[in-house]
Amino acid sequence: MLSSDILSWGIIITALLVMVSLLMNVWRILIGPHITDRILALDTLYINSIALIILLGLYNGSALYFEGALLIAMLGFVSTAALSKYLLRGDIIE
Amino acid sequence: MMEFSDLINYLAAFGLVFGGFFVFVGSFGLIKLPDFFTRLHAPTKATTLGIGSILIASMLLTSLRDGSFSVHELVISLFLFITAPVSAHMMAKAALHKRIAMLDRSYNKDLAKRIAEQKVPVDQDSSAEQPAAK
Repeated sequence: MLSSDILSWGIIITALLVMVSLLMNVWRILIGPHITDRILALDTLYINSIALIILLGLYNGSALYFEGALLIAMLGFVSTAALSKYLLRGDIIE
Repeated sequence: MMEFSDLINYLAAFGLVFGGFFVFVGSFGLIKLPDFFTRLHAPTKATTLGIGSILIASMLLTSLRDGSFSVHELVISLFLFITAPVSAHMMAKAALHKRIAMLDRSYNKDLAKRIAEQKVPVDQDSSAEQPAAK
């Protein structure tokens, strides 16, 4: 078995694991029970989507997906911080 | 005799599957654990380890493909390693402020009550100056 075959199987197995993780995060967003649980699940969802985009870039052999992953990482942190700040103080920028 | 590119491919495949397993463990903990404060542990620790492993494997493969050492993916993993504890801390503060129920067997619950009742510290100088400015 060639090493590139093992690599492509590894990419596919990892993508399956990440997709099951995304479904579990969506399940946590649906059942709640509190608003902070939903924020935590959204935070996990964007981190897992970074993994999925990186895997797509590896599978296609393209470097274009890297910028998308970087953008998602930055905007995801800002959205989590804004939602937590809104819950904590009732305002985002005071 | 194993080629150098074969070695990199095996290492990257191992890193990808290892990282995928830990991402899975983090999300499984998110739906399995009993209350919010225990649930906060799974995605912020296990998922961060998993995503770091996936990004390092991606860095190895990109370096092999381009023929030169590239550290682009390390930027994302460093950013995530810095921001994951910060966002976890902000979510924990918001949850303490909303007085979300803890497990009955949590230790030091009176500390949580004290943090939930914390007020913003009032700066004496600025509070004295603000009416004068108006």
